[in-house]
Amino acid sequence: MSGTYLGMPAFPEAAHDAVRNTTLRANLRHATHTIRDKRARAVAELDDWARLREAGKQIKDHTLRHLEHYLVQLEESVTAAGGTVHWAADADEANRIVTRLVLATGEREVVKVKSMATQEIGLNEALEAEGVRAYETDLAELIVQLGDDRPSHILVPAIHRNRGEIRDIFREEMGSWGRPAPEGLTDTPAELAEAARLHLREKFLRAKVGVSGANFMVAETGTLVVVESEGNGRMCLTLPETLISVVGIEKIVPTWQDLEVFLQTLPRSSTAERMNPYTSTWTGTTESDGPRTFHLVLLDNGRTDTLADEVGRQALRCIRCSACLNVCPVYERAGGHAYGSVYPGPIGAILSPQLRGTQSEIDASLPYASSLCGACYEVCPVAIDIPEVLVHLRERVVEGGPVTRRGTKVTLKPARGHAAERAAMRAARWAFTHPAALAAGQRLAARTRRFHPRTVPGPGRAWTDTRDLPQVPAESFRDWWQRTDGGKEAGK
Amino acid sequence: MRVALFLTCVNDTLYPDTGRAVVKLLTRLGVEVDFPAAQTCCGQPHYNTGYRHEAEPLARHYSDVFGPGVASGDYDAIITPSGSCAAMVRELYPRMGERARAEGRGDRLATALAPVIPKTYELTEFLVDVLGVTDVGAFYPHTVTYHPTCHGLRSLGLGDRPTRLLAAVKGLELRELPGAQECCGFGGTFAVKNSDVSAAMGADKVRNAAATGAEVLCAADNSCLMHIGGTMSRLQVGMRPVHIAEILASTEEEPLV
Repeated sequence: MSGTYLGMPAFPEAAHDAVRNTTLRANLRHATHTIRDKRARAVAELDDWARLREAGKQIKDHTLRHLEHYLVQLEESVTAAGGTVHWAADADEANRIVTRLVLATGEREVVKVKSMATQEIGLNEALEAEGVRAYETDLAELIVQLGDDRPSHILVPAIHRNRGEIRDIFREEMGSWGRPAPEGLTDTPAELAEAARLHLREKFLRAKVGVSGANFMVAETGTLVVVESEGNGRMCLTLPETLISVVGIEKIVPTWQDLEVFLQTLPRSSTAERMNPYTSTWTGTTESDGPRTFHLVLLDNGRTDTLADEVGRQALRCIRCSACLNVCPVYERAGGHAYGSVYPGPIGAILSPQLRGTQSEIDASLPYASSLCGACYEVCPVAIDIPEVLVHLRERVVEGGPVTRRGTKVTLKPARGHAAERAAMRAARWAFTHPAALAAGQRLAARTRRFHPRTVPGPGRAWTDTRDLPQVPAESFRDWWQRTDGGKEAGK
Repeated sequence: MRVALFLTCVNDTLYPDTGRAVVKLLTRLGVEVDFPAAQTCCGQPHYNTGYRHEAEPLARHYSDVFGPGVASGDYDAIITPSGSCAAMVRELYPRMGERARAEGRGDRLATALAPVIPKTYELTEFLVDVLGVTDVGAFYPHTVTYHPTCHGLRSLGLGDRPTRLLAAVKGLELRELPGAQECCGFGGTFAVKNSDVSAAMGADKVRNAAATGAEVLCAADNSCLMHIGGTMSRLQVGMRPVHIAEILASTEEEPLV
């Protein structure tokens, strides 16, 4: 299992199998429809939702515009509060820093708060390679880890699993990771939760090192914030002696007051709750309370390059609520694994090709993993125009153009494998700027209509495999208009 | 009132009946309709597939065809029976102008497109907002379910305009479509590039439509209807797709068959 998912097939191939997996389809459909309906109700309760959404967008845009300033302020505040700040340009550097910090404690295991950033960099695997075992403590992450699986959703990583599958995973795998599942474990939610609680408790009480991400970092005070539903995060943040937090640089907000917006929009958008059950904040270290040592690893990993792109930078507003996944008709059918990234769904389709570049097959296919229906933009609590960025990235794939890589402007060549499509688009553009040629083509199609095949070869086969083609009419509208003078002449 | 009909390349080539219906409907409502013969395609297939620079000449062509008539006052509006093509002009043409400016190519594209953008209307919004009618005097004695296509729904914000028009049609029984706001899975080149997912979305849409028991699935965009209709035909659900213009054009004297 690799955090970077190298060698993933392109999205259409990955989705091909998912669409045919009826259990997966049913699990995804049930879960996404339940949560999307709940979200709509939770959002409808607030009469100022539109203003909260705009405020969230404005705060994020302002912070991104002055990111350097706020990051320096954050570093000063964290240091003043007794923490240590580390800067990581990419995944490798972040992994090296965390591994070194863990090894320096003399410990060989860590407990983890659910964190997208550490998944993005493949931290668990990097620690494993140095002989350190990382235990996921979020229930869904635990299911994924025990099942040697990949997360399928940002908020609900095990969304693709049903209760029966989870019981089987617990029964078979818990023993090799720690306390085994109780005898005769059934698939009732209460029993599954209790099994996880017992299994995890032993780890919380033993662990000397905790690793977390953060939902927000407050520049003015150097405070980090994690919002969660289960309370296991708070265990990891308070019980260990050493706490290491790995956080993307875009997670910063200037002031405590800014949190008032996001602590309303995030829970309602993600879990459809008015407020999340646990909000933990930590500021450096404190005498006789919580971890004695605190390290903050600030992760770039493609973020400043993304910030340099004036259309694509809005993806950095994302607060990882996953509302866009839950309304996405493509995600609902293809599932999270098809996106080949820890960030699936519509946000993953614009974030991954920006953070990783569009060179790989999977990253070049992600901007096309959307019908551009716009449901994602409609629900996004920070108003990321995901369709706009998707089209922008499609352009990057087929036309190439300027991008920033490691702080340097480079010009990308068009991706290979689009030559036929490009030729067809050029030909269509030519015909559409020469109306007489278009009319001639329409007449030819009309004359030969009786010979048109019901199934067509090449890319068109993808259409006729599942859908019938419309029949070409005997006369185009323009010819009818000309022949009848817009219906005024006889013979209409 | 005199308007220019922007029929769109798909309708012109594959669905001329929709075009004739628009002409018949608008003429009945006292609107004079012209069809500038040099019109072709708004450029949406190019733009949405990532070929923005190929789409630009088509946007210019659109402004060349319709711009002079708008500027001279010859056309009060440009009407199109396609939510997604109207959204292309109104939402994405301004963006194309901005991008050209950002690429250091000046204001020429933005200036050329500016006059046609606010004058372009999707058919149902023109009827309700500009002409101020919801009862267009139509007669269509069938059960109908309405699918609000994504660009009409979310880009243009058509809201309940189409269903208000349909509800006022004599003889028509409107049935609510479960999951109406979900995409049918067409999405232009998406239907071919991600055909498995597209087909799965289309099949779900058709099953939801069939569950209403209606005879007809109606929408304001023939591209979506081509995908839905093609799926209906393959799944043999015994429903037919009909463009809203054809229903609104149907009368007791000249019923749509």
